[in-house]
Amino acid sequence: MTALARRNARTGSLAALLALAMIGLGFASVPLYRIFCQVTGFGGTTMRVAESALPAKPLGKLITIRFDSNVAQGMPWHFVPEKLTDRAAIGARKIAIYTAKNLSSAPIVGRASFNVTPIQAGKYFSKIQCFCFTEQMLKPGQEIRMPVTYFVDPKIAEDPDTKDIGEITLSYTFYPVDQSVAGR
Amino acid sequence: MTDTTASAAHSDAAHAHDHHDADHKPGFFARWFMSTNHKDIGTLYLLFAVFAGIIGGAISGLMRLELAEPGIQYLEAWSGQQGDAALHLWNVLITAHGLIMVFFMVMPAVIGGFGNWFVPIMIGAPDMAFPRMNNVSFWLTVSAFILLLGSTFVSGGIGNGAGTGWTVYAPLSTSGSPGPAVDLAILSLHLAGASSILGAVNFITTIFNMRAPGMTLHKMPLFVWSVLVTAFLLLLSLPVLAAAITMLLTDRNFGTTFYDPSGGGDPVLYQHLFWFFGHPEVYIMILPAFGIVSQIVSTFSRKPVFGYLGMAYAMVAIGVVGFVVWAHHMFTTGMSVNVKMYFTAATMVIAVPTGVKIFSWIATMWSGSISFKAPMVWALGFIFMFTVGGVTGVVLANGGVDDIMHDTYYVVAHFHYVLSLGAVFGLFAGTYYWFPKMTGRMYNEFLGHLHFWVFFVGVNVLFFPMHFLGLQGMPRRYPDYPDAQAYWNHVATNGYYIMAIGVGIFLINMIWSMLAGKKAPDNPWGEGANTLEWTLSSPPPFHQFETLPKID
Repeated sequence: MTALARRNARTGSLAALLALAMIGLGFASVPLYRIFCQVTGFGGTTMRVAESALPAKPLGKLITIRFDSNVAQGMPWHFVPEKLTDRAAIGARKIAIYTAKNLSSAPIVGRASFNVTPIQAGKYFSKIQCFCFTEQMLKPGQEIRMPVTYFVDPKIAEDPDTKDIGEITLSYTFYPVDQSVAGR
Repeated sequence: MTDTTASAAHSDAAHAHDHHDADHKPGFFARWFMSTNHKDIGTLYLLFAVFAGIIGGAISGLMRLELAEPGIQYLEAWSGQQGDAALHLWNVLITAHGLIMVFFMVMPAVIGGFGNWFVPIMIGAPDMAFPRMNNVSFWLTVSAFILLLGSTFVSGGIGNGAGTGWTVYAPLSTSGSPGPAVDLAILSLHLAGASSILGAVNFITTIFNMRAPGMTLHKMPLFVWSVLVTAFLLLLSLPVLAAAITMLLTDRNFGTTFYDPSGGGDPVLYQHLFWFFGHPEVYIMILPAFGIVSQIVSTFSRKPVFGYLGMAYAMVAIGVVGFVVWAHHMFTTGMSVNVKMYFTAATMVIAVPTGVKIFSWIATMWSGSISFKAPMVWALGFIFMFTVGGVTGVVLANGGVDDIMHDTYYVVAHFHYVLSLGAVFGLFAGTYYWFPKMTGRMYNEFLGHLHFWVFFVGVNVLFFPMHFLGLQGMPRRYPDYPDAQAYWNHVATNGYYIMAIGVGIFLINMIWSMLAGKKAPDNPWGEGANTLEWTLSSPPPFHQFETLPKID
């Protein structure tokens, strides 16, 4: 191996390594994007906060919350909110109830994906507790009521992008955790 | 590069004649199918690009024919289907046109063709660093092209062929397109990407390690600089595309939900990944054309390029900033005002180094002794057209304006002005500039000028009315439109016919000149042509620079 061939092999492998690193970054973008959304509320991703984050005093301003429910194609669950809308004081702790029923003859583990619209409201929609934080297992025919505890962050009234928002829609979609359960 | 002069190497050709090994060529099959010679591989790439360009151009002809009048005239007859299945053919045509022109015409021609031919010669190297890998790159491109053409014969959902657009957006490309056609198209992109990554590794290694003694980075011809920047863009962007479309494949076939919201994924993530590749990709197509135009403007003005370092680092700046502006392709996906503001501002920043280049070309010509040979008129056409496309680009960069312009014919007009008229004018300029060097024969000057004027008029009649159509709100990717838009669509189709005649003149010129052109001297362009390729014979010996040239 001449000196030039050795140098070429080194430069070539460094360049190839760079390409491999970029492939890695391409795949790593999936979790990175999820974290980015969770941190910034990008794309209407709601915030997950502790009970202690609840403000001491709510604002004297009401906002309408609309509840939406969906199931993924082939997911044999009946999934609806108990109330379609609610009026919430900004900064006050509220509870909404969804019910889900397994219509099939097999136990199914489901998980709900979620976001809100308008999407700018995501970073101000704070969930203290939610059925969407964990997987839900329903036996055949079983029906459960599932709570979500939330409040709307009073900072929503200070942000020029969000202060005019009068209604937020909270949406969930249940999908089977084991994809083989429900054929796509 | 002022002093990278012809004195560098006294003609290797003289050596080649008495030193018979330098011109010993292998037999036909070994020479063209197992080639490791950078000039032969460059020739293969150029022939391949012409072939693919004719197919891609014919497809755009079919589209302009259908768009010549309102209503659906031909799609049902061409596809032999009715209704949606016939309309699916339209989607297949736009997809094939986009993918072929990007991956199988422009990229193979500028990088594989001219890059392979002239980068080693211009830096005084005997060949590329990895000649066998160079061969692998070429045949991967051919395989990718076969896969893409093959995809049009199998089901892509409603009808045959992949109808996803060149962007292959999910969910249309996942749950929206059952059947193997889209899988084949994705695999084709994988192969084309792998080919380009290998090519990029090869160019980077060649340029860093194999420059002749005295050829420092800051003395390299600007074409070599442009290929170096392009190679880095390829290396950093294509792997991301590979990852993104691999996830498309698993979403399609293995039940993953990377881009499916009903499984916790997000289709917008695909758009982010695609455009993280896609925006550098447009610079991958245009930067080598910048390099070619710089060589030509300097040669035919008989002056060194004005502001050489500024020109080189403007390309570096375009490359770097090009990686942080991708979301201006996605202004309508629901971004906050602040994000839009950032991407608007960052996009407009690119106009600064681009302006440096335009003004430096003009300053190079200023008080130069200009001769208007065919390569020069093509280069001037490039500068004019690219500036028009650049101006509409600055318009579209505004997030607020793009909300109305997004996916209209205004965008189609914009990217055809910078690519179809920018990159392609650069390609024709390079073809005429280096034709004598590559073939050893002169092209026909009259036909070269005729080609230019017919093509120039044709593409402007074809693409300029698209600005008006876009402002009227005509969306891209539809085979039909309201009667009110009939006039300019008809004009555009007539422009296509004129352009097609221009391409015919080009092909006649090439074939005639190759067979019966005048013998070309080593340097047909005179004292302005001072890069190393003009110190060799025309065509260069099979192996050049067996003793390395020295650059003062």
